[in-house]
Amino acid sequence: MSIEVRIPTILRTHTGGQKLVTGEGDTLAKLFDSLDAQHTGLKGRVVTDEGALHRFVNVYINDEDVRFIGGLEAPLADGDQVTILPAVAGGM
Amino acid sequence: MVAHARADHPDEACGLIAGPEGTGEPKRHIPMINAARSTTFYEFDSEEWKQVYDQMWDNDEEVVVTYHSHTHTEAYPSRSDAGIASQMGLPDAHYVLVTTKDPDIAEVRSFRIADEVITEEPIEVTGAPEAVQSYKFAHTPDSTVYDCH
Repeated sequence: MSIEVRIPTILRTHTGGQKLVTGEGDTLAKLFDSLDAQHTGLKGRVVTDEGALHRFVNVYINDEDVRFIGGLEAPLADGDQVTILPAVAGGM
Repeated sequence: MVAHARADHPDEACGLIAGPEGTGEPKRHIPMINAARSTTFYEFDSEEWKQVYDQMWDNDEEVVVTYHSHTHTEAYPSRSDAGIASQMGLPDAHYVLVTTKDPDIAEVRSFRIADEVITEEPIEVTGAPEAVQSYKFAHTPDSTVYDCH
């Protein structure tokens, strides 16, 4: 099972500059484990040591923000597309 | 950007200007929803941001400028602006700040943010003379001030 993942500019240092990579896994958590094996450090930028998504990163499966569909336990099916984006936020 | 910031005042406004990948040219202004709807915080709406990013991906565009307003402080990145941008931001983008604290004068300043370091950069106004004439503007040593009456 192959999942395409769109990588934001700030994380392309982990993918040798590639904007599109592929990984494997039937949940988002397994996908990030598979990505980290090829692209060292990528997982740590998205997933905290406690196993949650970092606050200021958005991850989508197709068009759904995964925060609303189970977070890292969200299921993946062949052909799904995953997008990682910076949240783009700030405050005074 | 200033008109958007004024329209959303007293909440912070946010948005971006996209341009063809690799050119650094800001071509397409995209006002974004501030999902935080706050006078002190902004965050792109997650669903809208995904739609905008998909369009940019399909058009081979990138974020050239990302902007937001401060409604009662300076047009200068706050500690959390710099922290979030460094940790998970848009490293190639110009971070533009607009302040609407003064009802008559909107100050607009531009920065690069990387590794918690904020570097101001000059803004040059270009384009049709009449477009520029609709603003009165004046340079100070470290900022460009637009008078948007």
